[in-house]
Amino acid sequence: MTDTQDYSLAELMIVAASEAWRGDGELIASGIGVIPRLGAGLAKLTHTPELMMTDSEALLVEEPIPLGPRGDVEPRYSGYLGFERMFECVAGGRRHAMIGPTQIDRFGQTNLSCIGDYHKPKVAMLGVRGLPGNSINHINSFLVPVHNRKALVEGEVDMVSGVGFNPARFSEHMRRDLMDIRRIVTDLCVLDFEGEDRAVRVRSLHPGVSFEEVQANTGFALVKAPEMAETPVPSAEQLAIIRRLDPHDLRAKALKDNPPGVRTQPVGQR
Amino acid sequence: MDKLMTAADVAGQLRDGMTIGFGGWGPRRKPMALVRAILRSDVKDLTVVAYGGPEVGMLCAAGKVKKLVYGFATLDAIPLEPWYRKARQAGEIEIMELDEGMFQWGLRAAGMRLPFLPTRCGLGTDVTTHHPELRTVRSPYADGEELLAMPALDLDMAFVHVNEADRLGNTLITGIDPYFDHLMARAAERCFVSAERVVDRLALGADEARHNTFERYLVEGVVKAPLGAHPTTCAPDYGWDMAHLKRYVASAKEEGGWQDYMATYVAPGEAAYQAANGGAETMAKLPLPVF
Repeated sequence: MTDTQDYSLAELMIVAASEAWRGDGELIASGIGVIPRLGAGLAKLTHTPELMMTDSEALLVEEPIPLGPRGDVEPRYSGYLGFERMFECVAGGRRHAMIGPTQIDRFGQTNLSCIGDYHKPKVAMLGVRGLPGNSINHINSFLVPVHNRKALVEGEVDMVSGVGFNPARFSEHMRRDLMDIRRIVTDLCVLDFEGEDRAVRVRSLHPGVSFEEVQANTGFALVKAPEMAETPVPSAEQLAIIRRLDPHDLRAKALKDNPPGVRTQPVGQR
Repeated sequence: MDKLMTAADVAGQLRDGMTIGFGGWGPRRKPMALVRAILRSDVKDLTVVAYGGPEVGMLCAAGKVKKLVYGFATLDAIPLEPWYRKARQAGEIEIMELDEGMFQWGLRAAGMRLPFLPTRCGLGTDVTTHHPELRTVRSPYADGEELLAMPALDLDMAFVHVNEADRLGNTLITGIDPYFDHLMARAAERCFVSAERVVDRLALGADEARHNTFERYLVEGVVKAPLGAHPTTCAPDYGWDMAHLKRYVASAKEEGGWQDYMATYVAPGEAAYQAANGGAETMAKLPLPVF
């Protein structure tokens, strides 16, 4: 294992993202966006080959499709999963999606709708999209490209689009046992919800980042996981797979200024 | 039986205050020739129901939207729909913001003539907080589970763009994903389709006939509209026109931007529209997007 070779922060986050799907078995891995999609592909090609995925449109593939223009490469398909069937899959729960919501709170509640007053929002974003249904029906993980208090907010998110572990949002007769939230992969660390009463824990810190720096940039209290360590750096094999899945280097544009994997400057208040 | 009519005929059927649905998904296979005909008409106070793309933004920009029922509005490669965003941030439109699955359930309920369909989608979120008209029901069985009762999204009219149709109202959607156009057609009192190609009678092999996703009894009118989804995709015929979409996005930042867009692309009609976008031959060659 050559830990000395250069890797970017995006590549570190792709490897961390892939870990979210470890051991999931036969379900649909939906990585939305460059880093999650590469993470899902890496997971399938390394530790969890049973995973299923699409061409990001409507066809199932057993070989993850490289991102961007395909040249003369004609993908081979193993089946069909158009939008209508994807909703059936969601309702049946055999899916683990990773998306990048605009806000996340301590309950794992997410917002993709708007910032500010609901009736006259400061910023209108996409709309809730599939978050309400995804969040209550299956496993989800999240990606945060800029870890700060605007993304990981104090209190609740401005518009709860996806549900989390907030009992106050449910009546006693509503089912909350069909969902789970596995990981939040940020540009500073990896979080999970395995603390007491699903408290958010820092599972690992990216190289050169301290717990205090992460806490200072988070709107809610974090717990140190007992096994908290440094986020595993990409191996040569993982980097080779990532390069094959991303021949046009779209990952270099996934984070602002494409920072290196090891920080040499303090993170500071962002 | 001949259901062939013009886009202007279709727009002429609209009345102020109607609830209308659009097929397609985001910037994919939207009935844009029909949207442009609606933009040229003086109809107003519409309730627009859609998995929203540029049709939502354009109708907002033109001041025709009273209420929007949607799960999202996006141009995909350009995530934020500029004119939707403007209208929403100004508080100019009423909204019913739904989960994508709830939306589908509402269409299904309407098509099946049911008052509602139960779902878990939306429970525990601010979708229900902000829309108290959405109620829950308890399962009458031993589980007693509380579920959201998604009300039927009954439409006065639906508009759908297809690859091929005949004068009887038979339709084919040959792109890889038919989206939810069949549900739109079923949810509507009256459905009008525009088509890339219209023939007198479809006479198909079994493999082709599979691409028919809803029955012709649902179709009241057929409009011949080659390139009628432009600037959105119409797989497998042509892809979206990113240059056009960027010009459209820029119009939201310019003083008088919408008036300019209308004058250049909408007011003069479809022939002028094609000329202003490089001509039919160029438009037909727009590459399909790679996702």
